[in-house]
Amino acid sequence: MLANKGVNPPSFRKTGTTIVGLIFQDGVILGADTRATEGPIVCDKNCEKIHYMAPNIYCCGAGTAADTEAVTDMVSSQLQLHRYHTGRESRVVTALTLLKRHLFNYQGYVSAALVLGGVDVTGPHLHTIYPHGSTDTLPFATMGSGSLAAMAVFESKYKEGLTRNEGIELVTEAICSGIFNDLGSGSNVDVCVITKGGKEYLRNHLQPNPRTYTSSKGYSFPKKTEVLLTKIIPLKEKVEIIEGGDAMEE
Amino acid sequence: MPKQQANWSPYDNNGGSCVAIAGADYCVIAADTRMSTGYNILTRDYSKICKLADKCVMASSGFQADVKALQKHLAARHLIYQHQHNKQMSCPAMAQLLSNTLYYKRFFPYYSFNVLGGLDNEGKGCVFTYDAVGSYEKVGYSSQGSGSTLIMPFLDNQLKSPSPLLLPVQDAVTPLAEAEAVDLVKTVFASASERDIYTGDKLEIVVINADGIRREYMDLRKD
Repeated sequence: MLANKGVNPPSFRKTGTTIVGLIFQDGVILGADTRATEGPIVCDKNCEKIHYMAPNIYCCGAGTAADTEAVTDMVSSQLQLHRYHTGRESRVVTALTLLKRHLFNYQGYVSAALVLGGVDVTGPHLHTIYPHGSTDTLPFATMGSGSLAAMAVFESKYKEGLTRNEGIELVTEAICSGIFNDLGSGSNVDVCVITKGGKEYLRNHLQPNPRTYTSSKGYSFPKKTEVLLTKIIPLKEKVEIIEGGDAMEE
Repeated sequence: MPKQQANWSPYDNNGGSCVAIAGADYCVIAADTRMSTGYNILTRDYSKICKLADKCVMASSGFQADVKALQKHLAARHLIYQHQHNKQMSCPAMAQLLSNTLYYKRFFPYYSFNVLGGLDNEGKGCVFTYDAVGSYEKVGYSSQGSGSTLIMPFLDNQLKSPSPLLLPVQDAVTPLAEAEAVDLVKTVFASASERDIYTGDKLEIVVINADGIRREYMDLRKD
């Protein structure tokens, strides 16, 4: 209706982020950049996009930060309750189903694009989940505005049966491709390695973007705001003081 | 059938930031070298700075196709001026020419945000700042482009240019030495690159003084 008056709905935009996941010999490796943007401004230079879901499951989130945070926190709690109920380790497909049901229910209004990875009794698993609730099961995956840059690296260099170090190197390379070629992604590389034995959260595994220049002399700022005018108006004369009078009631 | 809206725009924004600072006997003009469109980088090595006359340099951010056309136009007009007057255009003269050129296209503007810097006829530094349609003002320092909202408040804090409306008339040029001004520019761009996604890659600094024009480069964040 509003389109008649020339007011178009906001165009769809993949919000700034590069997140990836791949399956290697012993499990799953997840990777993410650490830049959070509000339009053209960087609001957080070192945020955490790899969210905890369960001791053996982690989830990378792209899209609206509040949505990814809220939905992963919520499903993480649901998984914990489920673990208490069943007495078993959580499975990746459980997290997958809980997430996709929630996102589908909200018809895409919860703007969360996720890369879910983990290792459970059935083996290593890697999934992508889209804001409308569809999912894919893949050996390697990328999401976010830098997904094309990262996928270009994966499609060139991925092979089955990668070792741990090869996998970490490839994930880092893919995230770096997003960091340097996509303006919506930047700063540092976070990596998370999940195997049957346990998990390894490598926060700021690579920091390829240090500040380029710091002045040696430093800068000083005046400790107070400038005084432009001082005007003192004594108020005592404006008040009439009456002695006596009744005391206030309790 | 509802009225069709145009979904083709003749303009694009290639991003980037420019800064100019005027000194007592020098002028510093700087701009980053990143050219982008949307979320993509087109090139990391594009100069936004153009020498218009011997002692007059312009830095422009915005739509680089319009900037290139504008630079060509001004270069042609300068050549004609040299033929007619047998001398180079002074910076204040070029400032007026730029303003007129921009206003000429008032109803289909050059999407170009300019800062003009150089030395006036007495050898003192001068900086002129423009909007897209030619409104201009002689100032002590200025910034334009995507990072200007981040850069300008810091320059105001450090340099505090007096208003031209104040009486007695205060000098617009900064009391900083040339090296200090260059240091300030480097700091300001390093900071802008941290928070503005369109600013980065490399910084090009041009310094004009009595000895001539000097060019300097510095690396910025590439992410």
